[in-house]
Amino acid sequence: MQILEGSRAIAYTIKNISPEVISAYPITPQTHIVEDLAQFKADDKADYEYVLAESEFAAASIIAGASSAGSRVYSATSSQGLLLMSEVLFNIAGMRLPIIITCANRGVSAPITIWNDHQDAVTIRDAGWIMFFAENHQESVQQHILAYKIAEKLNLPVMINIDGYILTHSYEPVFIPNASKIKKFLLKKADTNTKLLDPQKPITMGAFASPNYYMEIRQKLHQDIMTSAEVIKNEYEKYIKIFQPKNRDHNNKYKSFDNGLIEYYGPPEPQTILIAKGSVVGTIKEMVDNYKKVGVIKVKVYRPFPEEEIKNIIKKVKNVAVLDKSISLGQEGPLALDVKALKATYELKSKIQGFVVGLGGRDITQKMIKDIISLSQKQSSKNIFICK
Amino acid sequence: MKSKQKKQSTNKNMIAPGHKACAGCGQMIAAKAVANALGEDVIIANATGCLEVTTTPYPQSSWRMPWIHSLFENASAISSGIRATLDYKIKHAKTKKEKQKLENIKVVAQGGDGATFDIGFGLISGMWERKENIIYICYNNEAYSNTGIQASGATPWGANTTTSPAGSGSSIDAIGSHQRKKDMLALALAHGLNYVAQTTAGHPQDIANKIKKAKQTKGPSYIQILSPCIPGWKIKSNQSIKVAKLAAKTGLYPVLEYENAKLTNVMKVEDNPLKVDEYLKIQGRFKHLFKNKRGRKQIKYIQSIADENIKKLEIGK
Ligand SMILES: Cc1ncc(C[n+]2csc(CCOP(=O)(O)OP(=O)(O)O)c2C)c(N)n1
Ligand code: SF4
Ligand SMILES: [Mg+2]
Repeated sequence: MQILEGSRAIAYTIKNISPEVISAYPITPQTHIVEDLAQFKADDKADYEYVLAESEFAAASIIAGASSAGSRVYSATSSQGLLLMSEVLFNIAGMRLPIIITCANRGVSAPITIWNDHQDAVTIRDAGWIMFFAENHQESVQQHILAYKIAEKLNLPVMINIDGYILTHSYEPVFIPNASKIKKFLLKKADTNTKLLDPQKPITMGAFASPNYYMEIRQKLHQDIMTSAEVIKNEYEKYIKIFQPKNRDHNNKYKSFDNGLIEYYGPPEPQTILIAKGSVVGTIKEMVDNYKKVGVIKVKVYRPFPEEEIKNIIKKVKNVAVLDKSISLGQEGPLALDVKALKATYELKSKIQGFVVGLGGRDITQKMIKDIISLSQKQSSKNIFICK
Repeated sequence: MKSKQKKQSTNKNMIAPGHKACAGCGQMIAAKAVANALGEDVIIANATGCLEVTTTPYPQSSWRMPWIHSLFENASAISSGIRATLDYKIKHAKTKKEKQKLENIKVVAQGGDGATFDIGFGLISGMWERKENIIYICYNNEAYSNTGIQASGATPWGANTTTSPAGSGSSIDAIGSHQRKKDMLALALAHGLNYVAQTTAGHPQDIANKIKKAKQTKGPSYIQILSPCIPGWKIKSNQSIKVAKLAAKTGLYPVLEYENAKLTNVMKVEDNPLKVDEYLKIQGRFKHLFKNKRGRKQIKYIQSIADENIKKLEIGK
């Protein structure tokens, strides 16, 4: 255990994962991660190629090229940078490249903001990436290691989301698994089945698909993302056995249920459930302790959407409040929409309401959580912005 | 998405027949010369465009070398990543033989003029700035051919394209393209490239020689190949070689090379160089210029560009 800044914890983890090519472009609040990684290289503590990109678009393309030639790769970005990457992100998934990037989540301009929300990540949720969201430093370390295992096993890209500033710039005690243990946990090159560019065995990647082929290729990508949920659960179990006997809990009023896709914290028979992702779940857990019948679901994996898990927990619950740090402008919070879709599919009786919170770094206070709990038990209306 | 190559046949063509390019496509003639000169020890990153679309209809591929297409604007950055992977592998090679083998592999990025002059330019600049050992080839057909012959930064003065159409109006718009053609060679030289060359699809042997030189160059190199497009230039399918040669002979598109920032080779034009009319009049894209006074004024201006090239490069003897 060491007390580390969130960014540094990630940088150490990445160093221990031993990528071969890193490329990045600076943007607040991602900067500390990529600065640390450059420093490790400069100090001979790491041997990856560190390619200075002239934009995030280039950084994403550079790691795509490196991955297509067989490298384990890494990049990190935020907000405008993620949006600038977006064309490449779709392409990476379609090409089935096992690429990992960290998104230090930040709101999107305009107005320009450097502070946290989830608008950047949710905007590219349809790109074909597995998307993790971390609550705290330890979980982000865990998710980065898991990400490489899952990506290289399934040839799917994985994005780990961590709340900008709240996690990137804060200090917490955290345990970083060492390089040799990580190596044992991850796949050996020989055990991956990624096809790669090699003059010995020439292949063509990124061919042009006519309507006769395109749809099945996309369907396969979707199916593989859906079935990745099982792999994530299995790998999570293995991870916990090897590295981390128990997740760091803020206290122990309730015992958490955690399968890698979601965590449930709260009483066994709640009347009200809050659903959220990322660091705000820490605040919610503290609130939950003050109630008898309120629990919280933390969505750890946003894509593939953990439909079964969430449905099973909320099906007997009266009130469900979904917190989004983002909004599909002109509709409502994207996570709220996902949860509401379950109501129709499974004919749930629960009342599900969406709340938009914490945009552009707005603090989410205990009072707000309290208000959300009581609102969810009362009225029913769309697009509730909880600003104060 | 990965597709299977056609089985290597006995001949040495690195681009297999059966591609979907127009008959007589100048870009295809040039690309074959490039691929054959590159040989087997190469990895190619190709931009979106006619060459990509016509050679890789999934699940088939004409390429007998490792080849990747990602997007329109990022062939350069994709190749940077491939380069970084090879560099990493070279540093960690276990034997001398393995190291040698890896060192022999050339990384090539290629694309059309749209991918190069316009949408991908920033990424090319980044690649050059990093001084990576990558050959970049631009097949310059002076328009966005794949999307229906729209104007690009490489479209020459007076050319009729679908977004710089010749018209009947009185403004300058009516002459067709009237933007200054971007000087990519100068931009390449400004990035400090050790090998910068220009040639045409009408000179396949020269293409092969230039590829060989670029292969020997340490660091980035840039080769731009004028590649006549049948529907784009509105020429007959048996005219692409002839038109490309005329471009060089009139001095409009000199065949030349710069090594270590010095002009080392340039193809001379004849004593009485052909007038640009000879080049322009066989191409439908310039037809409107021959129809009225204002058009003829443009031809004069185009002639002055050729004259200046001849004078500046001292290729008129
Ligand atoms: C970001 C993006 N914008 C536009 C396009 C559409 N597009 C595909 S190919 C092309 C033109 C290619 O022109 P060029 O690079 O000159 O190659 P050519 O087809 O002429 O060989 C365009 C505009 C695209 N694929 N991606
Ligand atoms: S449109 Fe032009 S560049 Fe494209 S295949 Fe035909 S001739 Fe070649
Ligand atoms: Mg073109």
